[in-house]
Amino acid sequence: MVASLSNGMKKIVIEPVTRVEGHGKVTILLDEKQQVVQTRLHIVEFRGFERFIQGRPFWEVPVLVQRLCGICPVSHHLAAAKAMDRIVGGEKLTPTAEKIRRLMHYGQMFQSHALHFFHLCSPDLLFGFDADVAIRNVIGVAAKYPDLAVQGVMMRKYGQEVIKATAGKKIHGTGAIPGGVNKNLSVQERDVFLKDIDQMVVWSRGALKIAKDYTTQNLQKLAPFGSFDSNHMALVRGDGAMDLYDGNLRAIDAQGNRIFDQIDCQKYVDYIAEEVRPWSYMKFPFIKSLGPEGGWYRVGPLARINAVDFIDTPEAEAERKQFMAVTNGKPNNLTMAYHWARMIELLHAIEKIKALLNDRDLQGTDLVVKGERREEAVGMIEAPRGTLIHHYRVNKQDQVVMANLIVSTTHNNEPMNRAVQKVAKDYLSGVEITEGLLNHVEVAIRAYDPCLSCATHALGRMPLTVELLDHEGRVLDVKSRG
Amino acid sequence: MNQQPVKVLLIGFGNPGRLDDGLGPALAAQVERLGLPGVTVESDYQLCLEDAEAVARHDVVIFADADASGADPFSFRPIEPARSLSFSTHSLRPEAVLDLARQLFGARTEGYILGIRGYAFNEYGESLTAQGRANLAAALAFIERVCRQGSFAQFAADVEKGVRSLLPERPEGCFAQKTPDPFLPRQDSSSGEAVVVASGT
Repeated sequence: MVASLSNGMKKIVIEPVTRVEGHGKVTILLDEKQQVVQTRLHIVEFRGFERFIQGRPFWEVPVLVQRLCGICPVSHHLAAAKAMDRIVGGEKLTPTAEKIRRLMHYGQMFQSHALHFFHLCSPDLLFGFDADVAIRNVIGVAAKYPDLAVQGVMMRKYGQEVIKATAGKKIHGTGAIPGGVNKNLSVQERDVFLKDIDQMVVWSRGALKIAKDYTTQNLQKLAPFGSFDSNHMALVRGDGAMDLYDGNLRAIDAQGNRIFDQIDCQKYVDYIAEEVRPWSYMKFPFIKSLGPEGGWYRVGPLARINAVDFIDTPEAEAERKQFMAVTNGKPNNLTMAYHWARMIELLHAIEKIKALLNDRDLQGTDLVVKGERREEAVGMIEAPRGTLIHHYRVNKQDQVVMANLIVSTTHNNEPMNRAVQKVAKDYLSGVEITEGLLNHVEVAIRAYDPCLSCATHALGRMPLTVELLDHEGRVLDVKSRG
Repeated sequence: MNQQPVKVLLIGFGNPGRLDDGLGPALAAQVERLGLPGVTVESDYQLCLEDAEAVARHDVVIFADADASGADPFSFRPIEPARSLSFSTHSLRPEAVLDLARQLFGARTEGYILGIRGYAFNEYGESLTAQGRANLAAALAFIERVCRQGSFAQFAADVEKGVRSLLPERPEGCFAQKTPDPFLPRQDSSSGEAVVVASGT
C-alpha cells in the first residue's frame, strides 16, 4: 500500500510480510524526492507467555511453552526442560536422556530448515526476487519443480516423525521432563527412520548444493544485498565445535575477534542486555560491554557457522570450510548467506540423526536423574533461528515466579531492521515502486527466517499503533486500535 | 463386488493455548478416543507441507478448525484444491494443502472443512468457553455420524440446508468427561468453576 501524505512525503506499508511466521509490518518513509528516509520492521503479533507461565508448577512448563509457537515448539520444549533440569538438580542427564533429546532437537532443526528452504526461500531463489507473485511461492515451485517440492515435503515429514517418536506426539509433546526424558526409542521406531536416512542425506546434499551454487554464482549481486558488518553470537561446545543442543556462549565481531567466549549460560545476564525502543514491542538485545550502539549481533545459521571453530560431522565440516573460504576465513556478513549456512546445518542435522540412530544408548532405560533442588535456572539452546534463552525462578512451592524468554528472532531484531533499511535505500529510492521491488525487502527479512509470533511479550490486547514521522522526527499521524 | 472402505483423515488444528482456538485439536482428541473404523486422526497447531502427503493417502480429509465467525454450532462444507496465495506464513490453508496433495502426489482426496464456532481467541488460556464446548460436543456427534455412515458429500449438502436438523438430541450430561481432557478447563477444586488461566487488560 502506498499512501500520500499532506507534506509531500509518502509512506509505504507492507503488511503482512508474507512468508514469515506470525505477523510483521514494515513501514518505509519516503520524502518528497522519493528518497527513503526511514524504515522500520514492526512486530505486531502479541504474545504474553512470561506472565502466562507465572504461578504454574515448574514441571508443566516444558509442555506449556510449546504453545508459544506452532513452528518451533520443540525448541521451547527443550530450552524449558534444560532450565528445569537445573531446578531439580538433574542437569547431568543420563546418556539415553541426552541422546533422545538431541535426536528430538536435530529432528526439529532438520524439518524447520527444510521447511524454510523449500517453502519460503526457494521461490525467491528459483524464480527471482521480482518474479510474478502468482508463481513466486511454494505452489509455483510444486508446479515447475515437482521433484524438489516432493523432497521438501518428505524431509519435513521425516523431521516431524522424529519429533513425534521422541517427544511422544507432534502437539503437546511431553518427551523432555525435568531431569531427563519419559521414553526411549524402540528398535522398531529406530528401524523406521534408518530405512529412509540415506535418502534424507542425499536430498540434504541436493538442497545444500542449490543454496551454495546460487550464492556463489550470484555473489556480486548478493554481496551488498541487505548486508552489513555485524557481531555474531552462538553456543559452542567446549572445544569450539558447533553444538546446537548445548554449550557455552561465544560472541565474535565482524572480523572474527572474540568478544567473549565459553560463557556459562547461567551468567548470560552479565553479558547480554535488552534495549526497549518506543516504536517496537520487540526488544533489542545487545552485548553489554559494547553498549546498544555497537553491541547488537546476529544469531542463527550464519552466526553459528561464523562463530564455531569446526563442525563435528564430516560432510558439514567440509561444506563449512568451503563457506568460510569465500571470505578468506573471516566471518561472512552477507545477509543472503544465511540460506547457504542454513543448508550446511541441514546436512549437519541429518548426519547427527544418522549417527544417533545407530547408537544403542537410545534404547537405554535409565531416563531420569535428580539432585540438589535450585530456585533459579537458565536453559539455552540453539534453535533453528538462533540462540533461545529461557530463564526461570521457582519458589519453594514449585511455582514459577519469574520467566524471561529471549527468543531467536528478538536477537535478530536490529539486524533485520538494518537489512530492511539497506535494501529499501538501495532498491526503492527514486524509482517507481513495484511489487517485485517491495519483495526485495521481504527477501532480506526472510533470510533470517524470523518467527515473529513468539518474539514479543506484552500482556493484554495489544494496541496496534502506527506512527508516522517526518525526517526531523516529528509525529505526523498516529493511528491506534485495540 | 467388494468395496474398499473409505479412508478418512481428520486433522484438527489450532492453538490449545488460545482458548477456543483449541477447538480443532480438542475435536481431534475426542474423535481419536472414539476409535472410528477407517478414520485416522492428526492434530497440530497449523497445517503445513507434510500434511499434503498424509492427505494423499486418504480418500477423504476433514480439516477441523475453530471458526471465529461461522455458523453456530458448526459448519461443514466441501472444499476444492486452490492455489491460494493468501497463505502468508509457514502455515497453509486447507485448500492449498489439498492442491499440493493433488499436484505432488496425484491425489483425488475429497476435502471438507468442519468449522466449529468459537468465541474467545485473543487471551491466553487452556480452556474452552462454555458455548465452545457445547459446539464441540455437537460437532463430535456429527462427525461420528458422518464417519460411520460415510456419505460426506450428502451430509455437507444437508448441513448447507440447515445444520441443526442434522443434530441428534442431546442427552442430559452429554458434555461430561469420564477422563481428564487436557484441552478442557482445569477445575478449581474449591469452587468447581473452570479456571481461565490468563486474561487480558
